[in-house]
Amino acid sequence: MDVFDKLKILTDAAKYDVACTSSGTDRKASSGGIGSAVSCGICHSFAADGRCISLLKVLMTNSCVYDCKYCVNRRSNDTPRAAFTPRELAELTINFYRRNYIEGLFLSSGVLKNPDYTCEQMIEAIRILREEYHFSGYIHAKAIPGADSALIERLGLLVDRMSVNIELPSQKSLQTLAPDKSKHSILAPMGFIQDRMQENRTDLVKYRHAPKFVPAGQSTQMIVGATPETDFQILNLAEGLYKKYRLKRVFFSAYIPVVENALLPSKESKPPLLREHRLYQADWLLRFYGFRANEILDSDHQSFNPYIDPKCNWALNHMEFFPIEVNRASYEELLRVPGIGVRSAQRIIVARRTGPLHFDGLKKLGVVLKRAQYFITCCGKIADGLKITQDVALRSLMSETALGTLRQNLPDTVPEQLSFFTNPNPTKEDLQKCLTGQI
Amino acid sequence: MPDGSNLIYQYDGSFEGLLCCVFESYEKKEIPLDIIVADTPQTTLLPIRDIVTDEEKARRVLVSIPKKMGKETLDFIRRAFLTCLPYKEKEILLFLRLGYRVGNSVLNLLTNDTVHTLTKAVKYLNNESNQFRQFIRFSIFQGAMVAEIEPNNFVLPLLVEHFRNRYPEEKFLIYDKSHGMALIYQPYHAEIVAIESLELPEPDEEEYYFQDLWRLFYNTIEVEGRHNPKCRMSHMPKRYWKYMTEFAPPRRKRPGMEPKYEPNPVLLSSSPARPDTPLLPDGQG
Repeated sequence: MDVFDKLKILTDAAKYDVACTSSGTDRKASSGGIGSAVSCGICHSFAADGRCISLLKVLMTNSCVYDCKYCVNRRSNDTPRAAFTPRELAELTINFYRRNYIEGLFLSSGVLKNPDYTCEQMIEAIRILREEYHFSGYIHAKAIPGADSALIERLGLLVDRMSVNIELPSQKSLQTLAPDKSKHSILAPMGFIQDRMQENRTDLVKYRHAPKFVPAGQSTQMIVGATPETDFQILNLAEGLYKKYRLKRVFFSAYIPVVENALLPSKESKPPLLREHRLYQADWLLRFYGFRANEILDSDHQSFNPYIDPKCNWALNHMEFFPIEVNRASYEELLRVPGIGVRSAQRIIVARRTGPLHFDGLKKLGVVLKRAQYFITCCGKIADGLKITQDVALRSLMSETALGTLRQNLPDTVPEQLSFFTNPNPTKEDLQKCLTGQI
Repeated sequence: MPDGSNLIYQYDGSFEGLLCCVFESYEKKEIPLDIIVADTPQTTLLPIRDIVTDEEKARRVLVSIPKKMGKETLDFIRRAFLTCLPYKEKEILLFLRLGYRVGNSVLNLLTNDTVHTLTKAVKYLNNESNQFRQFIRFSIFQGAMVAEIEPNNFVLPLLVEHFRNRYPEEKFLIYDKSHGMALIYQPYHAEIVAIESLELPEPDEEEYYFQDLWRLFYNTIEVEGRHNPKCRMSHMPKRYWKYMTEFAPPRRKRPGMEPKYEPNPVLLSSSPARPDTPLLPDGQG
């Protein structure tokens, strides 16, 4: 089997992993070495599915002793198996890196023989890169659940980011679909990495040259749509992970049926891409906009509104908060306005120091007035000629696609009959239909 | 404010030259209608004044900018000068006149028309240079790495630092086809020089080997169930595809190597056999 065959098999097996970011570290090449990292990360290409390619994302091997029902690499699946040797993988990485194809390596693996052996193989490949090639580019490694903590420690000192996949959003689903894994076996390494990072931060204060442990932090991912958890449960779980384990990112992966199994959605069902999209929107609200999970959804509203994004949804349900005065509102208040994002909020703060802001000025700052105008005043005035009626406001908050789908799904309803506050109750099918162009 | 002049300034196209125009504008208490680069073919009946680049005058203006408006503003002006904004010289002059008046806060006047125009142009420049950090593809010829780009803005000066930090021990060349310039780096020295044209030899077997592996990886990593060409295009506009390894026709015929969707017409039409002549200036080969 040559490198072409191996690369094909091991890329194919790794492609369902979501995380491909290279963010969180800033570093120049060491003298005599190669490779740098920038904290905002760099995407080097985009695949035809629109997902970013930042790292060489492959598995060390796709042989696996586990039999997780949702996974292409499960033991019982009849698929060709391959394994890179550590040196092959290191050489491939360096040669791709020199040509500016990638930012570095994202290494995961099926469990070959046992978790310790697998982890040792990964460490060897990364050691060759770091020590023999003096490679300072980005490396993201998966912690293999069940591997000895000494090995995880060693891996953590070599890489920038580590992740442990939480896989499914609840213990029950895990039991049904991944009988070889348990909540404990996943959370234990996550906790270990978190503790070591904490220690490392104190070490770095004391000794400037202490080796860095997982400097870009850890992330995780979970599959959405394979099991019955609601959006509310998933979002709460994500919030908990950010708080408890200080994760940098929680990734969501719309379940793509790869296997026919009575416990899973049928192979014909489409991946719930819109749901995934909404989860990411809500995730952004948690991380950058100061929202809490229970503001976005609550036990009475457990799923996202398919037609409008979570921020607009919150705004429409909290009209008592608006309108706010752009020239006086705090940064946090500005962030709550649909049509004002992190950057335009920052620009507003900067620009209003030099003089009062009016609507035409806001446009230059990047505010999406089409949305924002219903929620703000400038120097006490609302936008010229603006008539605030429910349906006009609602329509301007929906994307073209969502509007189209809405008309298509509710042919008997004319748009004027839309109401502000009741959620149109779409079927699961509607949900899937309205995702074109949304992601 | 002095105004009403129907005069046009003509300078040598250098940053120092532009600073001399600023000096002239203050000395003569006038604002020219436009500032143009010498020997651009143009027809105008308006009077043109040649502004001679004088190091002393340029230095005086250069020193005054950080003093009056802060270091960031000087960096901003230098960047604005690299952009492809039409009438950028006039806009920069207006910006500086505003800056001398209001001082440090000039960059915060985001709703002012001049500041807004320049901010937008600089943002475009920054975005474009970021995109080249992402999408530049090097090919390796006898140990030297070569890449071609066709940027709208003059991004080379913004790429130096990034690629120097990344490949300190390599020799590399980035050829900017639209401006006829090239960034040449040899450990540990970088310079930007004018180059008429660049012809590359046929890559060797090793180069093709890794290019093919990359194409295989690129085509395999897509999740077909999520195919979304629109999203790809918005992140990676088509004008970059021309020089990207991913979209070049494969060398070896193997399953999974051919571009899966809509092969790029630009590429298919522009792949004549390249002449086998070496090309890199002064011992780059």
